[in-house]
Amino acid sequence: MTRFSAWTVFWNGLTGQKGWGRQWRDPEPKSHYDVVIVGGGLHGLATAYYLAKNHGVTNIAVLEKGWLGGGNAGRNTTIVRSNYGRPGNREFYEESLRLWENLSHDLNYNVMFSQRSHIALLHSPGAIDAAARNYNTMRLTGTPDAEIWDLPTLKREVPHLNYSATARFPIMGAAVQKRAGTARHDAVAWGYARGADQLGVDILQQCEVTGVKRTEDTVTELETSRGPITAGKVAFAVAGNTSRLWTMAGLGRLPIESHKLQAFVSEPLKPLLDQVVVFGVGGAHFYISQSDKGGMVFGGDLDWYKSYAQRGNLPMVQDGCEAAMSILPCLGRVKLLRHWSGVVDMSMDGTHFICKTPLSNLYLNAGWNYGGFKASPASGWYFADLIANDRPHERIQSFDLKRFERGIQIDERGAGPDPKLHG
Amino acid sequence: MIRIPCPFCGTRDHSEFTYGGDASITYPALDAPKEEWHDAVFLRDNICGPQLETWHHVHGCRMWLVIERDTMTHEIMSVRPANPKLSALFEDNSEADQ
Amino acid sequence: MTARRLDHGGRINRAHPLSFTFDGNTFRGYKGDTLASALMANNETVLGRSFKYHRPRGIMSAGVEESGAIVTVGRDASREPNVKAPMQELYEGLSAEGQNAWPNVRFDLGAINGLFSRFFAAGFYYKTFMGLPPFEWGHGTRLWMLYEKLIRKAAGMGSASREPDPDCYDHVHAFCDVLVVGSGPAGLTAALTAAEAGRDVILVEQDFELGGDTLSDPSREIERAQLVDALAKAGVRIMPRTTAFGLYDHGTAGLLERVTDHVADPADQLPRQRFWTVRSDATILATGALERSIAFDNNDRPGVMTAAAARSYLNRFGVLPGQKIVIATNNDSVHHTAVALASAGADVTLADIRKHGASDLPADIELREGVAPLKVHGRSGVEAVAFASASGNNWSAAGQTDCDLLLVSGGWSPVVNLSSHRGAKPAWNAELACFLPGLTNEPIYHAGSAAGIWEYEACKASGEWAATAALGEATAPPQPGGWSTPIKPLYEVRLPEAKTKAFVDFQHDVTGDDVRLAQQEGFVSVEHLKRYTTLGMATDQGKMGNVIGLALMADALGKDIPDAGTTRFRPPYTPVSIGALAGRNVGHHFKPLRRTPLHDWNLKHGATMTEAGPWHRPWYFAKTGEVIDEAYVREASTVRKTVGICDVSSLGKIAVQGPDAAEFLNRVYSNGFAKLPIGKARYGIMLRDDGFVMDDGTTWRLGETEFLMTTTTTNAGKVMVFMEELLQTRWPDLKVHVSSVSDEWAAVSVAGPKARATIAACLAEGEYISNEALPFMGVRKITLANGIPGLIARISFSGELAYELYVPAGHGAAMMDLLWPEAERQGGCLYGLEALGTLRIEKGHVTGAELDGRVTIDDAGLGKMASTKKPFIGSALRQRPDLLRHDRPQLVGIFPKNPGQTFKGGAILCADGEVSGFGEGWITGVTHSPMFGHWIGIGFISGGHTAWAGKTVIASDLTRSEDVEVEIVSPHMYDPEGVKMHG
Repeated sequence: MTRFSAWTVFWNGLTGQKGWGRQWRDPEPKSHYDVVIVGGGLHGLATAYYLAKNHGVTNIAVLEKGWLGGGNAGRNTTIVRSNYGRPGNREFYEESLRLWENLSHDLNYNVMFSQRSHIALLHSPGAIDAAARNYNTMRLTGTPDAEIWDLPTLKREVPHLNYSATARFPIMGAAVQKRAGTARHDAVAWGYARGADQLGVDILQQCEVTGVKRTEDTVTELETSRGPITAGKVAFAVAGNTSRLWTMAGLGRLPIESHKLQAFVSEPLKPLLDQVVVFGVGGAHFYISQSDKGGMVFGGDLDWYKSYAQRGNLPMVQDGCEAAMSILPCLGRVKLLRHWSGVVDMSMDGTHFICKTPLSNLYLNAGWNYGGFKASPASGWYFADLIANDRPHERIQSFDLKRFERGIQIDERGAGPDPKLHG
Repeated sequence: MIRIPCPFCGTRDHSEFTYGGDASITYPALDAPKEEWHDAVFLRDNICGPQLETWHHVHGCRMWLVIERDTMTHEIMSVRPANPKLSALFEDNSEADQ
Repeated sequence: MTARRLDHGGRINRAHPLSFTFDGNTFRGYKGDTLASALMANNETVLGRSFKYHRPRGIMSAGVEESGAIVTVGRDASREPNVKAPMQELYEGLSAEGQNAWPNVRFDLGAINGLFSRFFAAGFYYKTFMGLPPFEWGHGTRLWMLYEKLIRKAAGMGSASREPDPDCYDHVHAFCDVLVVGSGPAGLTAALTAAEAGRDVILVEQDFELGGDTLSDPSREIERAQLVDALAKAGVRIMPRTTAFGLYDHGTAGLLERVTDHVADPADQLPRQRFWTVRSDATILATGALERSIAFDNNDRPGVMTAAAARSYLNRFGVLPGQKIVIATNNDSVHHTAVALASAGADVTLADIRKHGASDLPADIELREGVAPLKVHGRSGVEAVAFASASGNNWSAAGQTDCDLLLVSGGWSPVVNLSSHRGAKPAWNAELACFLPGLTNEPIYHAGSAAGIWEYEACKASGEWAATAALGEATAPPQPGGWSTPIKPLYEVRLPEAKTKAFVDFQHDVTGDDVRLAQQEGFVSVEHLKRYTTLGMATDQGKMGNVIGLALMADALGKDIPDAGTTRFRPPYTPVSIGALAGRNVGHHFKPLRRTPLHDWNLKHGATMTEAGPWHRPWYFAKTGEVIDEAYVREASTVRKTVGICDVSSLGKIAVQGPDAAEFLNRVYSNGFAKLPIGKARYGIMLRDDGFVMDDGTTWRLGETEFLMTTTTTNAGKVMVFMEELLQTRWPDLKVHVSSVSDEWAAVSVAGPKARATIAACLAEGEYISNEALPFMGVRKITLANGIPGLIARISFSGELAYELYVPAGHGAAMMDLLWPEAERQGGCLYGLEALGTLRIEKGHVTGAELDGRVTIDDAGLGKMASTKKPFIGSALRQRPDLLRHDRPQLVGIFPKNPGQTFKGGAILCADGEVSGFGEGWITGVTHSPMFGHWIGIGFISGGHTAWAGKTVIASDLTRSEDVEVEIVSPHMYDPEGVKMHG
């Protein structure tokens, strides 16, 4: 396969682009694989890639019911950050950010990770203290780029936000992570797919799991729309649809609810906003950045009711635009180009699961709430490690399904066991 | 916009309501063991399709309702007050209407 | 292209000339023009530059699908980028500019990109820009971010203003029986039929005139006018300049009404636009169809446009768009256009890929059958068009014709976007070579060309059918079609192995070669194709290019079009300004602001306010010359020495009434409430189901069956909702009613040694609050000296002798007018949240900063309150192992080792010598304590204060300040025995 580089781009420009082959194969399913990963999204593809790369497992299939990267991989607002404060999350997301920083080179695919800074606006002395607690923890746990900015610094770095003293929530400062930023979401999925494919992984698109055959304690066979497949180990990474597969496997209930999260993009504009800007105050929650193509990409809260529909409703569209105008009042004449929604696994504490299951050869990766995109490299890395070694790495020991029984809730917002409240 | 036929107020936009959760959960007695409470508080069927769920008409009559709604299409099949006694009253009335 | 305004014809008002500017040059048009028609009349041909290659682009259409003439309208703060010129109504003084070009669209240095276009194939940027060329050496993101800066500058289209939008926008909500979208013959007929059947009908039309295609057909004018007239008489609510941009659940539509975008000097009270949310029982989509182009070399040159556009410019705007015109078609729809252009004086050649054998065209129109356009000659305009004829699957050159305008009709795509928003998957019709609306169970009906019905009378009949269906009288839908000679599908024309720039998506510069490259690299699903090439993702969202792109992909795969897939359209149909969606909920009105009944009184008495959730509450009351730090220290000291008054009206207040009220509270609170005597208050803590603390507050027993619960300001709503849920869903047998009375009461805390004296002086005769009459935690009804009735409770958050005084909200100011002079006489003060913070930190009382949803009752040092005799909400799950650990962080007080040093909330508490990791705890609140004469803090640390007695702890605040050595003390720093408040 052709390595991607300025040279090959140049050469193919001269030779009519004839040198490019498929970025991944379209193989026929084999009847057996050592590992079958269900879900051709970012987490499934990253898991396959790291299983092959780090653990030498190459007889792997990734089953995707539609087209790879077609779920939340292609529906998110592309923000990458590690400003989590809870033990467990803190180290995990920092590790993920480190993987992001070299991901383009690692995959030989430009995922366009741009460390343009993540700026969380703060509106009261109490909010500054609460943010300082998180950002101080970041500094103490090996994240050097956590800063608290006062108002003059913020005004200098991010002009034309609404700094009016008569704004509903006047801005007082910001919590900043400089290594955070955005990436090109589709490219990440394609990059992992190409990387995994090169290492021998079979990516099977249009291959929907329709049944799970099992004994008392193992999965024996997956029935799929492309025929039955057996596997030594089976891994679920199907955000949004986790409960459906779980039910198919006869495993009962999960600490997960499926909700829909909308996202919005404006028409393309010349550069207007260099950083990722977010805020949460007075019941509002909002994040915005500008894509390389020039669209203002933004989002806010869930639609607040459980749903498997990949389409949003007007109240949250309105909500998002109100929040956008509240911090960037110059957006009034900028036009919303498209809005869409994705189905996210909302968990009972806002934190994910990477764990073993009641079946000895079944592994679960689920419950990503709003955070799945930024997590995908570390998620794949540690999920691969779990599958290969059949034991959780110490970094993911709290991400099991039993943690609520032990009394551990990794709750960044302190919202309690109500899935819709975790963001 | 989901339009919810509130038995007390008539059909209203869902933005007047807040979604509660899975109405099929039966909460254990307060003195039940913590394992029972764990299951009720933390575990969900998370049905794709018609499910029973609670909604609160928070910007209306403030009644909690049990709604049967398809979580894929958002179609609403039935709505009744969550309070079983009130719900029974509504059933009596609807029989009387016929 | 040599366009000119004809001296007669069209719907423009020649008696009403308008002047406008484009790129600083002044031009003239007429009322009734669009910006596009007026620019065309002035023979302005290059109006835009393409996204990637900066190729010159001109007017390509006469509608929302425009992909060439995309401009910026307005100046300064009112600048609107990315306006489609055919959709912008002309007004006096309109100012427009070309965009995405430097120095201007006619001469653009960015066009140099075109020279390198061979390297800029689809997705090339995923393959490079990672590191140092040529082999992408390096690691990390630094090099990419350097390239990215340049890429971002080159990308984007128009430039947004940096100034706040000066206009306002409105939200409107409406209901109707039938919503009709589109006012062509089908829409007009549908609306009329439904209205005449007595239905409440809203008809929306994105144009400023009703009629759709008939506006470009003078022969239908009389009938059109009659229909419009009849609509008004039938009571149809007609909304021109309004786009139905999206369909949502349960018959909801989003509309955008442009109110003043066409007005030179709008009245001040008018919003610029209105965003309508319409709920309809049935929806009729008479949204028309859009004419497609064909991919061939240089098919994007200014002077290439759709045939329907030329007809519209000629018949509606009186502009002859060219003199020597070639019309290339594969279907019947261009016939009238050819005739009209020829009779307007143009020299017309019709190139029809189909072979009819016979022609009913006038003799002055040259007909070339069996040929299609192969290539356009000319750089910034059309000079000639080369033809090709098909032989089998191959094309061969078939001569060339000089011309200045090339009109293309590659077939028609019904506008199925709105029903696609509802998940109805469009179905390919091979005979008509288009997607027809998909099936849906919802009451949504398509009529006219939106349903693939091409002929005028049939469109009207389908409108009538749709209305009948919407009324619930189902009949079989009319058949699509209506052309006498079938369409011959045609998507791309090129010679084998020819290097072409044949555009599929004009806005994003996606070519046929890009589609084939995507296929070659495995991006074969429609969504992959779209994302890899960016086909259909520009501001027209694929209105022009999607079908061609899909056809080329199907061809590359050797599949039929429906097997290659369909894309799903996302709202909005056309872009909607963010301002309109936000409406009036901007600036100060972003979120509702809650003010206490004492708000004005507080401001009048010098309060500086601060945010407290949705509330504004007094922060401090500065005397002249005081800064905040001086003010709050004075206020706190005054409370400790004499008396202070603080507005606590924002606390949640819930009336809990009924025979089972005591039992209910006993289940909700972790401590006992069943035996609370009448006339007594009790501090209570309630937990969530999962055993963590939800809220705290005092609840007062006013009678056998009547309680008044207070909650924190933040959690008032949450607690109320939770209690309603408990009563209605879990415990319906309890006879209890809860109602929020937060807004009924104005409430103050009067605290300090002189609190009793202050209040006593303000009571009506015969009212007493001596220690015996109102002991600690006592509650009673009371009347003030000015006759105001109220409630008084002896409770203390400050640790002083203190009372909370409640009066009906409307009497709040009158109460203050009575209390405040008396407090002043006692040497007292008004105090705000900052001083309240000081007093409660000194006392070790918790607030939301401590009770952050992750803290147990034991963590907060209040575990002894939790009853062991009764179960309560949260009592089961608080027994989980991790919540019982003794080394959990627990509430403590914090003193600096060196009393001169300060420290901050949010600092991390670490063991001395181990300043790293998660530390041992954290600080939640700090204050300068007037009682101790130094800074103190409150926070949490593993194991609580006894575990850290005598040890040095480091408060680390790396993001803001230096490490400070602190010592850990009991959280009850001031008056731990409570002598003061019991006094």
